[in-house]
Amino acid sequence: MAIEVRIPTILRTHTGGSKTVEGSGDTLAALIDDLDSKHSGLKDRLVTDEGKLHRFVNVYVNDEDVRFTGALDTQVKDGDSVTILPAVAGGC
Amino acid sequence: MLRIDRATYHAIVAHARKDHPDEACGVVAGPEGTERPERFVPMLNAARSPTFYEFDSADLLALYRDLDDRDEWPVVVYHSHTATEAYPSRTDIGYASGPAADPRTHYVLVSTRHHGPETGLAGDDVEFRSYRIVDGEVSEEEVEIVESYLFGHSPTTVVYD
Repeated sequence: MAIEVRIPTILRTHTGGSKTVEGSGDTLAALIDDLDSKHSGLKDRLVTDEGKLHRFVNVYVNDEDVRFTGALDTQVKDGDSVTILPAVAGGC
Repeated sequence: MLRIDRATYHAIVAHARKDHPDEACGVVAGPEGTERPERFVPMLNAARSPTFYEFDSADLLALYRDLDDRDEWPVVVYHSHTATEAYPSRTDIGYASGPAADPRTHYVLVSTRHHGPETGLAGDDVEFRSYRIVDGEVSEEEVEIVESYLFGHSPTTVVYD
């Protein structure tokens, strides 16, 4: 078993067009490293140079937004479902 | 160019009018990979603010799961400005240029700035404009209102610019 990761349309250029990919790791950070080893460039799109999750990206582990569960330190395990989405917001 | 049917156009304007003076927001979904905005999906502005809008994080996840189940994507992301012109702000551009935001999205801006909460919008006197936003660059596009998608290529088309 692995962790299923749902990829937003624009980032599927890194996954050969796949909507979902699989990865492994104990934390979100480790999972992203694992994904990046197979789908080069993905990490740069999600994590800033300062090592933080990009503020315009939402990541969920199952139903939980990782902003509320420790961001990149969020624990993940086999069987979890991770969803990456663009944050939608703005203002005048 | 954004081609949108009249009923959806009016639904977006009505939503902006209803939520004035707060900003209104939502999407118009269509079959993934197409340019057809077919299904109007108003969203709650979690910020409930006259100067900011955001989709609630849980609402965003529910929206995308629903789109995924239907093999749809957000063809249009719309929101209103209630005191300024219908042009993307720096914040709008920042989010729309985010690393997971799809540059194929049409960003529709509606302005209700000329309209007080009591009077509402008068007739068609509303700014309704559409943009592409790619890597921080904004380009406005023409909006074509069609009667409906089923009969969208009939000569009854009216072009607003």
